[in-house]
Amino acid sequence: MSRRERLFWTLASVGLAVLIVMAVVKISEMRLVPPVFLPPPQRIWAALMKGLTTGNLAQMFLATIWHMVIGLSLAACLGVGLGAMIGTSAKARAYLMPTLEFLRPFPSSAIIPVTIAFFGLTETMMLAVIAFGSLWPILMATIHGFVTVEPRLKDVSRALGLSRRSAMMKIALPHAMPDILAGMRIGLVMALVLATVGEMLTGRNGLGQALLLAARSFRTADLYAGIILLGVIGFASMLIFDRVERRLLRWRS
Amino acid sequence: MKAQRRRLGFNWRGLVLPLVFLLSVELIAMASTIERDAFAAPSAVLAAAIRTLHSGAALRATSETLITAGSGLLLGFVIGLIGGIPLGLFRRADQLMMVPLESLRPVPPVALIPLSLLIFGFGYAMEIAVVAFAVIGPIFLMTRSAIRGIEPQLMEVSQALGLGLIARVTKIVLPAILPRIFVAFRIALGIALVVAVTVEITANPLGLGYAMTIAQQSLQPDLMFALLLWIGLTGWSLNALLLRAESRLFGAAA
Repeated sequence: MSRRERLFWTLASVGLAVLIVMAVVKISEMRLVPPVFLPPPQRIWAALMKGLTTGNLAQMFLATIWHMVIGLSLAACLGVGLGAMIGTSAKARAYLMPTLEFLRPFPSSAIIPVTIAFFGLTETMMLAVIAFGSLWPILMATIHGFVTVEPRLKDVSRALGLSRRSAMMKIALPHAMPDILAGMRIGLVMALVLATVGEMLTGRNGLGQALLLAARSFRTADLYAGIILLGVIGFASMLIFDRVERRLLRWRS
Repeated sequence: MKAQRRRLGFNWRGLVLPLVFLLSVELIAMASTIERDAFAAPSAVLAAAIRTLHSGAALRATSETLITAGSGLLLGFVIGLIGGIPLGLFRRADQLMMVPLESLRPVPPVALIPLSLLIFGFGYAMEIAVVAFAVIGPIFLMTRSAIRGIEPQLMEVSQALGLGLIARVTKIVLPAILPRIFVAFRIALGIALVVAVTVEITANPLGLGYAMTIAQQSLQPDLMFALLLWIGLTGWSLNALLLRAESRLFGAAA
């Protein structure tokens, strides 16, 4: 497909999105849906702007991003570190893999009441939940990445007389990188989900809490504004992640 | 020896870690008198599990969770499939829908909990709606990419046979993507279960998630851990069941 054609279809797609928004405006004007469920889009936009400038929506927005980044960083350090250790040692795998495989399909949000019992409704509890939830995909993907290193590459590293440490850094880690990044992508999604849930439960600053408060007081326009901002975080984090991934995997292309 | 052990499918080393863990927790629980609202001996957890299963409370909660997760899964699955098929078949439609769909996709499903609560109130409907929303996206994407992955020759055959759209979908496309759709269904089941439990913990007074929250709030750590274990077991067995069905039905095709 030519570049011109692609541009045309992207514009057409934007046009369709605009049409949909206009249809929603019409629907809410005609009151086909009660305005408490679906406020007019222009009111949502106004709520968004007002919340970001004079209200505390910007602060909530940043708080959610902060929770997500801290939780995910914890998960990434732990997941990649442990995953590298487990992935490079057959012995560790023999002891640990059955347990890990058993825990793999575990719905990680079920850990929330346990963390509340341990930490109370605190910031620590929230970060623990986010880190725990996003740890799993990262850990399992890292193990997979380290296990699947070509045996011949291991021979090469031995022939070159590399120490275990530098073999790990120079051969195994680059090999595992695509897997690690794939795991982190899932972890990123989990982190946003669990940050939102954590904020709803603990009532700490963040969009989750803002959403819940807006819904409880029937401020639906504010509620949609919060949902949009969560979507923005999801979208932006994916964009940034794509960038990082392309840079880290540049050697592959 | 090694081959034999593998054939028997038993790896004793896998049991060491869980056993050591359980035993040490049991010993700590026996030796100490620390505050007990976040901590319970494995034997007490087991007793609580037997109690709650025997009384039927856990089973009732399980059926509530499975009904909501299952209904949400089916709803989202059907919508995702019906939406994904045309976009997989027609490139133009896919390009046209790109912006509207991509702007919905990054919204985390739990963001809809307050909205769903506002519209439906507490109960099955609000949870089913959130689960369905969570499932639609992945099913949709996997359906689309499964259709893109169909052998081009198959599509040429359908054209040569002069099949209409409906016949093409039911006779060629659906059978061809069936194995991958089954995998998608299994992945979506995992998502549905997580989301259902999350909704129950966060807002909805229903099911296993809520039962766990109540156990935590009423300072019954033994019951809380028993339910945690039970949720894990439920998730694990459903996944194992579908994995088994997958390899039996499709073998290497999946």
